[in-house]
Amino acid sequence: MIGRQRHCIALEDFSREELLLVLDLAVSMKEVLLRPIKKVPSLRGKSVVNLFFEASTRTRSSFEIAAKVLSADALNWTSASSSVTKGETLVDTARNLEAMRPDVLVIRHSAGGAPGLVAQHVNCAVVSAGDGAHEHPTQGLLDCFTIRERLGSLEGKTLAIVGDISHSRVARSDLHAFTKLGTTVRLCGPPTMIPAGVEQMGCTVTHDLRTAVEGADAVVMLRIQHERIGDPLIPNTREYSRLWGLNARKAADWLKPSALILHPGPINRGVELSPDVADGPHSVILDQVQNGVAVRMAILYLLAGGDPAEAKA
Amino acid sequence: MSNVIIIAGGRVIDPASGVDGVRTVLLRDGKVAEVAERVAQVPGATVIDAAGRWVTPGFIDLHVHLREPGQEYKETVATGARAAVAGGFTSIVCMPNTTPVNDTLAVTELILARAAAAGLARVYPCGCISKGSKGEELAEYGELKAGGCVALSDDGKPVMSSALMRRALEYAQAFKLPLTVHEEDLALVGKGVMHEGASSTRLGLKGIPGQAEEVMVLRDIALAELTGGRLHIAHASSAGTVRAVREAKRRGLPVTAEVTPHHLSLTDEDVAASGYSTDFKMSPPLRSRADVAACVEGLADGTLDCIATDHAPHSPVEKEVEFDAALNGIVGLETAFPVCLALVKAGQLTERRLIEALTSSPARAFGLPGGRLAPGDPADLAILDPGAEWLCSAGSLHSKSTNSPWKKRRLTGRCTHAIVGGRLVHEGGKET
Repeated sequence: MIGRQRHCIALEDFSREELLLVLDLAVSMKEVLLRPIKKVPSLRGKSVVNLFFEASTRTRSSFEIAAKVLSADALNWTSASSSVTKGETLVDTARNLEAMRPDVLVIRHSAGGAPGLVAQHVNCAVVSAGDGAHEHPTQGLLDCFTIRERLGSLEGKTLAIVGDISHSRVARSDLHAFTKLGTTVRLCGPPTMIPAGVEQMGCTVTHDLRTAVEGADAVVMLRIQHERIGDPLIPNTREYSRLWGLNARKAADWLKPSALILHPGPINRGVELSPDVADGPHSVILDQVQNGVAVRMAILYLLAGGDPAEAKA
Repeated sequence: MSNVIIIAGGRVIDPASGVDGVRTVLLRDGKVAEVAERVAQVPGATVIDAAGRWVTPGFIDLHVHLREPGQEYKETVATGARAAVAGGFTSIVCMPNTTPVNDTLAVTELILARAAAAGLARVYPCGCISKGSKGEELAEYGELKAGGCVALSDDGKPVMSSALMRRALEYAQAFKLPLTVHEEDLALVGKGVMHEGASSTRLGLKGIPGQAEEVMVLRDIALAELTGGRLHIAHASSAGTVRAVREAKRRGLPVTAEVTPHHLSLTDEDVAASGYSTDFKMSPPLRSRADVAACVEGLADGTLDCIATDHAPHSPVEKEVEFDAALNGIVGLETAFPVCLALVKAGQLTERRLIEALTSSPARAFGLPGGRLAPGDPADLAILDPGAEWLCSAGSLHSKSTNSPWKKRRLTGRCTHAIVGGRLVHEGGKET
């Protein structure tokens, strides 16, 4: 359990205290991860199934390593197609996997709400590794962890999220988590990429990159899909990059010297981020990847039945 | 020996006759014989005590999916007609998107044969606007009309070709058939699965703006003006649609419209609150509070002529899946009365207008018999207990399917008896 949460499906459902519980525990988990011998017996005899209906290398690997560091057994089940196109339904697939008695089922799916549907039909804990454009809760938590680690606290800070907010589950999880932890969130992107009524989630919206990033303590740059057939949101990546991409000159002119740049990956170099910014002094992109393992360790530990007090001791 | 039913002591609400008060209704040989404060006793008559109940013309639903032929595991003509009478509907119009679609006499005849065998509600088939509902060529309206079709529709799909829609509105006039149209601009719908707004944003689901409906309604009103054809807007859901229909009527155009109980009572916020429940997924989608308010206002002022359920049964095979993958539609025949009665209790609709929108207004829109209780009219009636509380559940619904957003909720108001052609075809509503 994470506070009152049996699953980790949406940060919208998490209280501030539950978010902090995970973030605090992840600090201890990161210490474990940085040891020369990266193995603790905390989840020995427990098993984690990664059920991925959408291609993902880093998130799946991150969950797999997180499980293995904690001594849990990890099984990866990748389905090339979801039940939208294939015979077996999602519920059937999940029930079949549950019959193998995993403790945690990690699911990535292209349909918003899919992990919640599975959670209604299985008894084990369900962790979303991203569902459609809904949420990517562990990414939201690792973004919080990364900024908190660097800046000490999230209270009173300002975060800008730039890119295709409409299609971004990362943006939604970030919005829920950061606003609950006292951070002011600004969204930025072309009007076609700002979803209807998003201000009601407690953020401001601008279409001007400079307005968004000036004075911000951290900036999340989202990946831009090169093409969305039948629903053109931008003329091309050239114009996008000129108006909403960050390069070294804009970073030098507009960013605070201490500002952090995050990206959920994989980066389109030269589109949303120029290479010199992606690899430059503001970037904490590789920290995010490492912290992702620590955050996922904390989540798996709590949901597979670990006691937070014991982990810290 | 004549077949007589006497319904005594109930409050007769019959807007088309201007009656609202305690009356006794005498039915003889399938017709209404007398509606009066006192009726002479008839030896051998069946007497139904309706004290404390409402006695109204049988409800008429212009928009029902019976799924037969082709998808009998969801509903059949017989089970759909059973659900209809349980909900107080004595006449239903069934949409042609069966498998195969109803674009030929053979399908029309099959539906009518099954309906006659069931002997419950009167079933009026609706034929296709286009062959195969493909939106390319006109279906044979002459044959469909001769077979018993009362309207034309490619329901489930819009007629995207303006040219075909124009010809359909023209050609149908030879047969005095209304076109009942599902209005959505498919390019604007895209891959949308719910109303576009703060709730779709929160859920990360693709949104469909109300304007996807409104632009097609405006186009078809323009084509109705061009052709003089009879246009009926199916399941109006957006404020823009209500505005467009109001304006068209003000200009005297031959346009009518229907609205569903769910578009009068539920919003996109309910989709979010349900946690992606596919029982809240339908086309058009549940819209904003402002849209719902506009639809209620439109129904109250007569802009929207009638209430139609868009009863759309689906099995768990289609519904127990991801929201994106689930088929559109909910069952509605048995929940329509209590759901709409709640609007009356909230002071948004008068009792008279509610009953009119379920009876005489739909009869007039499609030129169907019934909808009134004057002497000589068909003996189609509903007896309703406006105070009956019941639990909507798989056990209490008569439909083969239970895809209802009101499942597991308590509703107030229920049909206790339905009479079709002077025959008592439903008696129930006691179970809670």
